[in-house]
Amino acid sequence: MSVLLDGRFRFDNYVVGASNRLAVAAARAVAESPGASYNPLFIYSPSGLGKTHLIGAIGFAAKQLQPDLLVEYVPLDDFVDQLHLAISSGQAEAFKQRYQRVDLLLIDDVQFLTGRRETQSEMLRIFNALQGSGRQIIMASDRPPSEIADVDERLVTRLAGGLIVDIGLPEYETRVAILRNKCAEREMSFADGVLEELARMPCGSVRELQGALNRLAAHEALGERAVTPANVRAIVAAGRVTPDVGRAAPVATDEFAGFISDIAVAVAQHVEGWRVRLGQRIAHWQAAGYRTTMLERALAMNEEPDVDALDATFASGVSRLEQLEAQAVLLDPRLAGLDVFRDPQHIPDAEARVEQAIAAQNPPPGPWPAFTLETMIAGKSNQLALRAAEATIEAPGVRYNPLFVHGGPGVGKTHLVHAVGNALRRKAALSGPVACVSGSQFVDELIAALQDGTVDRWRARYRTAGALIVDDVHALAGKERSQDELFHLFNALHSAGKQVVLASDRPPSEIGELEARLRSRFDGGLVVAIQPPDRTLRESLYVRSLQDRAPDAEPGVAALLAELPVSGAAEVESVVDRVLHAARAAGGAVTLSLVRRELGAGGAATPVSSPAVADKSFLDAEKVVMEWPETDGRVIEELR
Amino acid sequence: MSLVNYAAREITCKIVYYGPGRSGKTSNLHYVYNQVPGDRRGSMVSLATQTDRTLFFDFLPLDLGSISGFTTRLQLYTVPGQVYYATTRKLVLQGADGVVFVADSQRRQIDENVESMQDLHANLAEQGVDARNVPLVIQYNKQDLPRELTMDVPELDDVLNFRGVPFHAGDALRGTGVFETLRSISELVLRRLSGAAAPRVAVGQ
Repeated sequence: MSVLLDGRFRFDNYVVGASNRLAVAAARAVAESPGASYNPLFIYSPSGLGKTHLIGAIGFAAKQLQPDLLVEYVPLDDFVDQLHLAISSGQAEAFKQRYQRVDLLLIDDVQFLTGRRETQSEMLRIFNALQGSGRQIIMASDRPPSEIADVDERLVTRLAGGLIVDIGLPEYETRVAILRNKCAEREMSFADGVLEELARMPCGSVRELQGALNRLAAHEALGERAVTPANVRAIVAAGRVTPDVGRAAPVATDEFAGFISDIAVAVAQHVEGWRVRLGQRIAHWQAAGYRTTMLERALAMNEEPDVDALDATFASGVSRLEQLEAQAVLLDPRLAGLDVFRDPQHIPDAEARVEQAIAAQNPPPGPWPAFTLETMIAGKSNQLALRAAEATIEAPGVRYNPLFVHGGPGVGKTHLVHAVGNALRRKAALSGPVACVSGSQFVDELIAALQDGTVDRWRARYRTAGALIVDDVHALAGKERSQDELFHLFNALHSAGKQVVLASDRPPSEIGELEARLRSRFDGGLVVAIQPPDRTLRESLYVRSLQDRAPDAEPGVAALLAELPVSGAAEVESVVDRVLHAARAAGGAVTLSLVRRELGAGGAATPVSSPAVADKSFLDAEKVVMEWPETDGRVIEELR
Repeated sequence: MSLVNYAAREITCKIVYYGPGRSGKTSNLHYVYNQVPGDRRGSMVSLATQTDRTLFFDFLPLDLGSISGFTTRLQLYTVPGQVYYATTRKLVLQGADGVVFVADSQRRQIDENVESMQDLHANLAEQGVDARNVPLVIQYNKQDLPRELTMDVPELDDVLNFRGVPFHAGDALRGTGVFETLRSISELVLRRLSGAAAPRVAVGQ
């Protein structure tokens, strides 16, 4: 804040007399409601009568009343200096903007506008902007606007357009009041009648009066002789004739200052404009806390780049980062001011961070913990799939990516893929949670997200996954938007080396209404089938089930049950259900005869034993050559 | 050394005063030092021998304040003139943005002047710098001495200034020509910013 506005100059220490009553009244009105009453307010008086005090008081009082008010005090000389500096450093626009933001502009020593054409036109522009938006301008000068020589006509009319008030010489009473005020302020005291005598002396300004008072104070302090009303005139008059001894011999020409001004000219001439502008932008962004590597690189180039375009690109990057940061802060306030939101060159990193935050807030569904590989019984029909699963767990994302498991209902696909998910989850090397979702759930979630307009967040949940498992992927058939999302998700994870495991009741080639780009991607990894269990596996499954549920069953029951083909482990359970139910109805244990009777009754027509779903992958047109060209004349060896 | 750092808005110039022993390089710096207001100069570092000759070098950092929005600093160095301090001279000369050659105008010193000028060129060449591209200004110092003892400026110019660089007559003890010299070397250095020679630009250090 300018020293002028620090409260030394106030209305309550400004002595009001007949000579300045109007000026003070106007000043108070302006301070109380800036921009409303007299705009601009122009105060003039010969020097030393309190113009500066008055405008300082306006600024201070206005600030007291409205602390948010932007008040700026500037002597015209400083204004000119700032303008020159701004123009030479290419910051003219910033200069203009700075002043156009001010609510209350106080300009002192306006008389120095004389002959400064460029300053005048700049000022005119600023005045127009300020007045246009109802902000207050207050000026002080040692003469009225019409007497300031060589000033643009338009500016004169602007200056004179508000209220012009003058401050006259204070009369005797005011002078006494001023002197008493000063004494009180500085805790000085004089013999009775001294101040009055001093006030009676002719004086050209308050400043002169103050000088005289100072002289009296110095005399009193020296203690040579007491100051009395009788010797006031002598002391003060002596002071006026004595040459000022404080001033040294003629000041030597300041070589250094001259040198500096020459250097300034040289710098202004030789520093390349675009680099200056770019440097300014860099300084600006750095001050705002952004990393400016991108702009700095341009700065180091020899060719002049399009600075504005470059800056615009940077600015758009910054605004994107701001968006991302705001989004992230909503999720987690601790993310505010994170480094990743400070480099417009690495926006994807920031995006990834936001996705992480979203995922952390709302992690994707995981695999069901009950399904583990240990509880799966291996047999001939599923050993290939099991081995593939083990290889996948050992090196996720490396060997079989994606792993596509297919097989009829109840063969244990879901068990297998969830088991893979659980095993992957225990791997420390995985970079994110294991997302495990069924096809229909995936579709439902997408629809819900579309409804709430939170697709971005929904997407982000999955993007951060360390591995993705989609069960019953055939549920996506015919759902274009879901396939689209899965496609992008698949690509994002796959290219990041993350494991994708899919399960379906049929191979990719047989899923109808599946986009070719997805199908080919599913085919690109390992497609492995789980067959309905063979007899051995069936027997193992029955043995385990009976052990758990009917430990007293007659030996050989499992082997007998295993004779009947089933589609999978699920059906094994339902057969056991049926047998147990029959045994309870008969009121006895599970015996071979009971089983035989039950099976006979149920027969092959029982709805439980649907025919096994054959693996039809060999029918894939891509894999099977149906028509052999020119078979004539070829010897087909028949093996016997 | 960086000349202009646009990002930090700084200009830093290293100017080396070169010349034979006792030609008045340190006097130049002393004069500058005394003219500069206290807040604009760093402390002048002089490493001198007991007989008050420069043993290593003098260093005077000057802060010219904000010029066109650039914080501008000059670093003035002198080299020891005596022949046997060749290594120090090379070290000080490294990375110089401009050189002031302070010649001793005394008639009997002319050989030392020539020798030192040759030494300057040899050292620049050794650092892989083309002497024609280095801003250079010559100051013919001690022009205040009686005419019988000194050579006048045109005479000296004939002998030393074969490249036709800017030159100034000087009396470093009383300050004649000191700032003129500094001004003209500074302007030469700054001119290189926009000159044909690619400006040495450093970024974000």
